[in-house]
Amino acid sequence: MKLIVCIKQVPATESKLVLTRNGTDIERAGLNFVMNPYDEFAVEEALRIKERLGAEDVTALSLRPHAAQKPEEALRTCLAMGADKAILLSDPAFEGGDSYTTALVLAAALRCLPFDLLLFGKQAVDDDGGAVGIQVAELLGLPHVAVVNKLEVDTQSRCIVAHRQIEGGVEVVEAPLPSLITCQKGLNEPRYPSLPGIMKAKQKPLEIWNRDRIGLEPTAIGVAGAKVNVVRLESPPARPAGRIISGDAVAAVQELVRLLHEEAKVI
Amino acid sequence: MRGGERMANPILVFCEQRAGRLKRVGLEALGQACRLSKTSSGDVVALVIGSLAGSFTQELADHGASRILLADDPALTHYSPELLTTIVADIARRLEPLAIVMGATAMGKDLAPKLAARLASALLQDCVALEMEADGSLVATRPIYGGKLRAVVKAKKPIMQVVTLRPSVFSPLKRKPTADVFVERLTVSCEATRPMARVRETRQTVEGKKELTEATTIVSGGRGLKGPGNFKLIEELAAALGAAVGASRAVVDEGWRPHSDQVGLTGKTVSPQLYVACGISGAIQHLAGMSSARTIVAINNNPNAPIFKLATYGIVGDLFEVVPLLTEEVKKLKAG
Repeated sequence: MKLIVCIKQVPATESKLVLTRNGTDIERAGLNFVMNPYDEFAVEEALRIKERLGAEDVTALSLRPHAAQKPEEALRTCLAMGADKAILLSDPAFEGGDSYTTALVLAAALRCLPFDLLLFGKQAVDDDGGAVGIQVAELLGLPHVAVVNKLEVDTQSRCIVAHRQIEGGVEVVEAPLPSLITCQKGLNEPRYPSLPGIMKAKQKPLEIWNRDRIGLEPTAIGVAGAKVNVVRLESPPARPAGRIISGDAVAAVQELVRLLHEEAKVI
Repeated sequence: MRGGERMANPILVFCEQRAGRLKRVGLEALGQACRLSKTSSGDVVALVIGSLAGSFTQELADHGASRILLADDPALTHYSPELLTTIVADIARRLEPLAIVMGATAMGKDLAPKLAARLASALLQDCVALEMEADGSLVATRPIYGGKLRAVVKAKKPIMQVVTLRPSVFSPLKRKPTADVFVERLTVSCEATRPMARVRETRQTVEGKKELTEATTIVSGGRGLKGPGNFKLIEELAAALGAAVGASRAVVDEGWRPHSDQVGLTGKTVSPQLYVACGISGAIQHLAGMSSARTIVAINNNPNAPIFKLATYGIVGDLFEVVPLLTEEVKKLKAG
């Protein structure tokens, strides 16, 4: 059983974001980048499957979305957690794409690798699209189960049974291997890299693959191939200043209910 | 674009149903498609897929659908990404819609990326604003970085665009009784042509529980409640308001509430008309999930809690005193 985890490096949640001069991207200089939180669930799940079922190996795969980012660091974290090897897709032609071109590049790389199960986070917390994993599955002709918070792998019948979160419940989904899942919080509790793990990670292989290695036309990918353009980024509309209702609790609550009823008209 | 008789390309709206009930977000999508069709001057075609027990046609026609397509098959009782993608892609190739619009629900967010990849089309996911330019290109606004920023995005060329709309953001058209709507029952193939995932069972976790992402009113509790038993106060206020119950990440991590109740960055993103935050300080994690609520009420004993910066109305006080009083006042109002 071979497992591949696809991860993305994103700005840490607490980052203060500043726009570039042309307003279509964020300034990356000085930002702290981390592994996408949902991808940690994917790495952890792959490691647990390996430990439980004696899978052969876990490979971590990432793509450099921007020249100023170093996804090598996030891949080293995967290796320190226990992944066996890492591959970084890095080429100026890959940069600046959308979910579709990212999926095209990942799918092309994955065609060069043997695997039984692909694991993604359910969405990256930068673009918040939640599309790349599902699109990779479609491009590779694989079944997928997205937003998984419970997973069983049956190596005998070569299938998975996954619980997928939906509104007010779950779908219990069965899929044959090879297949792809995207991971949701609740699936597991990701481990922290241990000190020996961090030491060992330095010796583990981290390959860099460029466009020639996976063979794709430059016009199909990155900025050139993207189906969607960013016109601009903007701050969400400011909320009008709020009001603190003072007075004793009884009077304040009566005033609040009046405002909700008469002014906001929401009750 | 089609030539000849200059029929304008339609907008296709996938209206999700589960267990014979149409989701409200489908009507919201239909409403927005009708507003866009003033620019495109094409039809608004509603599509319903499933093992269809109820009759949706009147409801869809009254909410603006000019044509209705029904794909009804027992094999479609549960959601199937593969079968739905094949069905919608076939329709899309036939109708050549400018856009395929659906709600950004668990189903919509799953189907839309797969469909967009199959059709090699642009994907505009989880939009909070959507406009159409004269050439049929859509300009969409979508929250990114956990709501810290918004991206205004546009398909490069006026190719087919697959769009999901965040629930509770767009409004349905006012219901207008409509006769003479064209209904087409499709013959669909439900044979798997390649390996596919199959839903064995759809389980409702709690019967009758209100779903956060669909609720117009939400009451959420945080660590200020001091223990899982005190969520009773939140539930009572929610019952009085007819609201869904939410929770902060802190209390979900403590195991007081299930993850399905969590509002915020690693939980659900909600856009209700009214959001009442009780004993929630307002960490950025939480604000990311609820800052687009229309009216926000904060009840917290710490006047410096960040939640007050976002709140429309705030009460600085002891929630154990304020929340029960609020429940009583709401009951009085509703009774009166």
